[in-house]
Amino acid sequence: MKRSTLFFAQLVFTLLVCAFMLVPVLLSLLAGLTRNYFVGVSGGLTLDWLVQVWQAYSPTVWLSLQLAVSCAVCVCVIGVPAAYALVRMNNRFSRAFEELMVLPVAMPGLASALALLLTYGQFGELRRSWLFILVGHVLFTLPFLVRPVMAVMQRQQLPTLEEAAASLGAGPIKRFFSVVVPNCRAGILAGVLMVVTLSLGEFNLTWMLHTPMTKTLPVGLADSYASARLEVASAYTLIFLLMIVPLLIALQAISARLSRGERR
Amino acid sequence: MTTVRFNALSVSSRRDILHRLRPTAAWALAPAAAVLLAFWLLPLAQLVVLGGQHRDGGDSGYWQVLNSAQYLGSLAQTCVLAAVVTGAALLVGGISGVFLARQQFFGRSALVALLTFPLAFPGVVVGFLVILLAGRQGLFAALGMELAGERWVFAYSLMGLFLGYLYFSIPRVILTVMAACESLDRSLEEAARSLGAGHWRVVCDVIVPGLAPALVSCGAICFATSMGAFGTAFTLGTRLNVTPVAIYNVFTNYANFTVAAALSVILGAVTWAVLLLARRLAGQSGTVL
Repeated sequence: MKRSTLFFAQLVFTLLVCAFMLVPVLLSLLAGLTRNYFVGVSGGLTLDWLVQVWQAYSPTVWLSLQLAVSCAVCVCVIGVPAAYALVRMNNRFSRAFEELMVLPVAMPGLASALALLLTYGQFGELRRSWLFILVGHVLFTLPFLVRPVMAVMQRQQLPTLEEAAASLGAGPIKRFFSVVVPNCRAGILAGVLMVVTLSLGEFNLTWMLHTPMTKTLPVGLADSYASARLEVASAYTLIFLLMIVPLLIALQAISARLSRGERR
Repeated sequence: MTTVRFNALSVSSRRDILHRLRPTAAWALAPAAAVLLAFWLLPLAQLVVLGGQHRDGGDSGYWQVLNSAQYLGSLAQTCVLAAVVTGAALLVGGISGVFLARQQFFGRSALVALLTFPLAFPGVVVGFLVILLAGRQGLFAALGMELAGERWVFAYSLMGLFLGYLYFSIPRVILTVMAACESLDRSLEEAARSLGAGHWRVVCDVIVPGLAPALVSCGAICFATSMGAFGTAFTLGTRLNVTPVAIYNVFTNYANFTVAAALSVILGAVTWAVLLLARRLAGQSGTVL
């Protein structure tokens, strides 16, 4: 097949964009593994920086994982019923509620964090615990679960299935757990992965809500960028990427499957 | 008993069933509503009220912000920067997105996957990547040394901020444009071509208007993210005069809660206004997020 010059011009352009996205990431990987970044790769490769980062910052990794998992659980518990209600109601009130739910994402994170801090910061117990950060993460990630779950629910013939279950005598709670939830597993899975990814990387809210005792991974990253040497900061970034890239790959696989289902 | 209910259901119309199920549905919304009310609406109301308070017998927070050239300047700078980033991201992402959606070639899906990864990178990491690219020991510094004998360092300025915002805006635009291209009617383009329209005419008169709703809503999201992006600016240096950094400085360095609250409310209001305007322009078709 003969390609026009326009095709190649666009291809080169897209490859340049790709280079802009990827070159810095590769530089960071390289810097985290070289003995001395200013000497270059010829100075030799080492895992020392990774070990050093792990020794200094591993608590932040564990706290971030704990936060991400708890956040996913909380968002599922409140988000899946909410998505069900929004799809089912589908009136002016539900659309207004959906709007309200998206607002914490649209608003600058710093403003939300400030609002939380000025309202609940006086409760020392809550302020000092990691639950304070969890609240912020749940607010921020809620729509990212509700949206895909709603999309899947709208595609399935849920009303028909539920009618059938109701006619056989299933109560509302039984219907929800045995008909609604199993039918939107794919949407829930996609939403959960997105929530975990976002929670692991959330910084704008977390920076305001954290205390020296509750440092998450991105907060630690910001610390290391400000104070540690370039190799340590890069090694730390490398650990973060190692955590987040598998999640992103899984997310892409699932959303590809979901969109295939949509076309079927 | 079951048969009786079944008969009753089969007689009643579908609409009645939906009505019957509705109260249960509203109950399912309660947990989410409670969380949003307690941890979002209430704090937001508190923030709005706090911004209007008078501190030490002085003016209210809003009045102080609106009277200060420094705060207004930072707001203007943030808006202009966000607008420029949005324009650039739409242009770059639009070209690449249409190309990736329309052409089939070897390695296309890999390219799409690579281009969309950075969507989930937090602002701090993006800031660090900009430093690696254009910082004191960055790639451009080395390149400038090689070519011109001087280090090209622009990471710690507005230019660095622009690069960082562009970095996390492009993947979003590419994804949106690719999705919007799927629903575009290709026969319109072929009709335009067969009527003798050149390539640019087709792009300007068929493709861009077709993509316009998606571009407007995606542009609004890019604008909103750039307005509130704190992590990138924080990594690149707190001397940058953009509003999120100004809020942070006012809050932590001067503990001036009223002005910090007022600035946050104004920043949030501007962002929200732009999102609403985009919604009005694009209609309901565009998705937020």
